[in-house]
Amino acid sequence: MMGPITEFIVSAVLIIGAGFMLIGSIGLAKLPDFFTRLHAPTKASTLGVGCILVASIIYFSVQKGELSLIEMLITLFLLITAPISAHMLAKAGLHYKAKLAEHTQNPQLTERAYQHQGPEQDSDEKQ
Amino acid sequence: MVKTLKSKLLPTPYHSLLLWTVWQVLHGFTPGHILLGTVLAIAIPIIVAPLRVQQVYAKKPLLALRYLLVLLGDIVVSNIDVAKRVLQSNRKLRPAFIAFPVELEPPLPLTILTSSISLTPGTVSVELSKDRKWLYIHVLHLDDEQEMIAHIKQRYERPLREVFQC
Amino acid sequence: MLEFAILIACGLICIGLALNAWRLIIGPTTPDRIIAVDTMYINSIGLIILLGLYHHSTLYFEGALLIALLSFVSTAAFCKYLLRGDIIE
Repeated sequence: MMGPITEFIVSAVLIIGAGFMLIGSIGLAKLPDFFTRLHAPTKASTLGVGCILVASIIYFSVQKGELSLIEMLITLFLLITAPISAHMLAKAGLHYKAKLAEHTQNPQLTERAYQHQGPEQDSDEKQ
Repeated sequence: MVKTLKSKLLPTPYHSLLLWTVWQVLHGFTPGHILLGTVLAIAIPIIVAPLRVQQVYAKKPLLALRYLLVLLGDIVVSNIDVAKRVLQSNRKLRPAFIAFPVELEPPLPLTILTSSISLTPGTVSVELSKDRKWLYIHVLHLDDEQEMIAHIKQRYERPLREVFQC
Repeated sequence: MLEFAILIACGLICIGLALNAWRLIIGPTTPDRIIAVDTMYINSIGLIILLGLYHHSTLYFEGALLIALLSFVSTAAFCKYLLRGDIIE
């Protein structure tokens, strides 16, 4: 049922996916501040889980001879919810006044963002 | 008469179709589940209809499909890019906050824009200003602020405006 | 060959989980810990799918779907709690 070529493709995609998840976790462990660490889960949840699910779709479709679609639901769900949780985490970070890495550009914008105002100082005088 | 009955039974036909498809994919296509899925797909939209907020519809579905494909391609490309940056030394990293001037007005396209920005690794949308004119974005590595803003405008915002015609 | 690949992938993800646990322990702030928990959830989804592949069973996908649901709800609840001091207003 499974030819050697499909097996090779599935194995390769699996290892690429797991590698991306590992890189996401390395990023989480070593990046310098909260906001840069925030980039790690979006990485892992998009391409990491995505690759593993693609591998599983190929594997079960070939093995059973019919399209296997539950994995698509998981991918879809993760793709919809990942940005929302990233946004909520960012809000929590702003609220906590998370420390920024030393060489962050435009650090003054965090305060403006926390107050939901425009980036320029004079923009709130108009309101 | 027929139309009002239809709009009462199926207030949101696309959501019903989506619910039905998800139910079938979850449980496999058996007659019992097709029946149960149909009942649920009709009942749930009727029950939640009062909670609904009127949204703009995508006027050009084909362009929306193209936008989705572009987004998937960008996710793969920027994933590889960010993977390289993560494995480099922290000192080479130049994280930044940028304020992005948004021109989209309605909530649905705006949500899609911010979600796309968060989904592509390397950029996370942080907060929206109260008047919905500025979107704050955190970038993992920024070389040129103006170039980044122009890139997001041209790559995501303009196609979205075409899709929703706003 | 596939089983070998699955084992390697499992190993990589488990190293990732250990790194997440490290971030969970050292913090330094609460939002950092929430990110660590979120990433751990995502990594465990990957691990469960690998388990399903290893046992040739599609039953594990429903578990993966449940974990995906839980991960979103718990992250949202944690963040809401941090922001407002309350989960349901």
